Amino acid sequence: MAQSTSVDMQASSPAASGNLVEIQDVHYSVGGRSIFAGLTLSIPRGRITAIMGPSGTGKTTLMRLITGQIKPDSGQILFDGSNVSTLRRADLYKLRLRMGMLFQNGALLTDRNVFENVAFPLREHTKLPNELIRHIVLTKLQAVGLRGAAGLTVPELSGGMARRVALARAMATDPEMLIYDEPFTGLDPISMGMIVRLVRQMNNALGITSIVVSHDVEELSILADMSYIIAGGKVVAKGSFTELQDHPSEIVNQFMKGLADGPVPFHYPAPDYFGQLLSRNA
Amino acid sequence: MSQLQELIESMREFARSIGAVVLFLVRMLGTLPRLLLRPRLIVEQIYNTGALSLVIVMICGMFIGMVMGLQFYDILARFGSEEAIGVGAALGLLKELGPVVTALLFAGRAGTALASEIGLMRATDQLSAMEIMAVDPIMRVVTPRFIGGVIAMPLLVAIFIAIGLFGVQLVAVQQLGVESGSFWSQMRSSVGVDDVTDGVVKSFVFGVACSLIAVYEGFTAVPTAEGVGRATTRTVVISAVLILILDYMLTAVML
Repeated sequence: MAQSTSVDMQASSPAASGNLVEIQDVHYSVGGRSIFAGLTLSIPRGRITAIMGPSGTGKTTLMRLITGQIKPDSGQILFDGSNVSTLRRADLYKLRLRMGMLFQNGALLTDRNVFENVAFPLREHTKLPNELIRHIVLTKLQAVGLRGAAGLTVPELSGGMARRVALARAMATDPEMLIYDEPFTGLDPISMGMIVRLVRQMNNALGITSIVVSHDVEELSILADMSYIIAGGKVVAKGSFTELQDHPSEIVNQFMKGLADGPVPFHYPAPDYFGQLLSRNA
Repeated sequence: MSQLQELIESMREFARSIGAVVLFLVRMLGTLPRLLLRPRLIVEQIYNTGALSLVIVMICGMFIGMVMGLQFYDILARFGSEEAIGVGAALGLLKELGPVVTALLFAGRAGTALASEIGLMRATDQLSAMEIMAVDPIMRVVTPRFIGGVIAMPLLVAIFIAIGLFGVQLVAVQQLGVESGSFWSQMRSSVGVDDVTDGVVKSFVFGVACSLIAVYEGFTAVPTAEGVGRATTRTVVISAVLILILDYMLTAVML
């Protein structure tokens, strides 16, 4: 069901180089606070790429930049050669038909049931007959193991089920790229295993380019073909999981081994402890 | 000096807010041609905002009509003109109470529901998910609710007035013994098309104001539980004040 787009190709290098997404020297700040200062990375086509980093480094912001929900202060974000941040709304929407995103909480539409959630993008973008939509929806739900839950309402779903339904919905229009925002957060080991398996299946069976934003090092070690670690607004390390484990950078070492103190300090910046205790001011 | 600066800054902030609401309205109206191709979305919202407000509007209409019957009878009996009760009640309901009270009820029932629903959709990333699915949330979620509210309001006002008149009649004719013929004939001879038009115009303007405030507050709500709560409260407060201000302005122009 992937829709062809008439979005102008503004550069041809990423497609030629085998990268679906190219982020080049992106600067982005909010309220004077710099989130990215010269971020450069590329997402290879048909692979699973992990974006990792300590909390607050802007991983979700990066996903919002890639999908064109926000625009960078400077720099380029290219999706298959099209500069996402300069597209008109109509062209951006055409481009988004080639992307899917799994939100941390599923972001299912609460006013409709599981079946209608998965059918939603099909009903919005196609004029397919109901019978065909039914077949597609049931196929997608079967792929995530929830065909039997088609009639359930959103509040009846567990966290893991909601994410699997959201995945079925994201797949409904057969996108080229799927973005997973913190897909493992708050899941029990069984649900987590299911999501890991599904991400791998999507990639292997359908050749979908996947970006997994997470800080669950263990799951990503099984899943990712390539990983980036972001800190301080830039990429501090990239490579395979084994390469990252032996990385000389202190912050990478702290992140990969889960150390409580290091370049990312345990204590939030504060005045002298004893001085503050003895002082009358709060 | 600092107080002057604060005053200037708050005036600027007010102007910015007005500008933001106007831009939001323009953006909504820009999606209208596409929306008109899918009338079912509007019909669903007329049901949500209009039909689900019917019970409260009908109950309030009935009791306000009955109170008007008692009060008008008491006042007019002092001048020996109880038969004019139908005229007074009809004009009061058509030109003032119908549109104003219905709009206040609409803000409390449908306005808060709209603001909290849209605000919660934002807080739970449903609107972002639509964006990613290349579905414009303004076209799919906001404009249908706005148009639904604008269409529902005059219909609710009409029902409120009809039930209100029934309430007046119930008290004045059935309970207090005003002569039925003169009650209805005086009303028919004294109420003109202009009076009805006044009520229709007011109800339309209030419908636009209440619906716009509700969807704007919901759409721009801070995506937290507190933010959605504040948006809902602001919807009621701003709508109530604006209805009364607009009512004065419209009445001054119409008289």
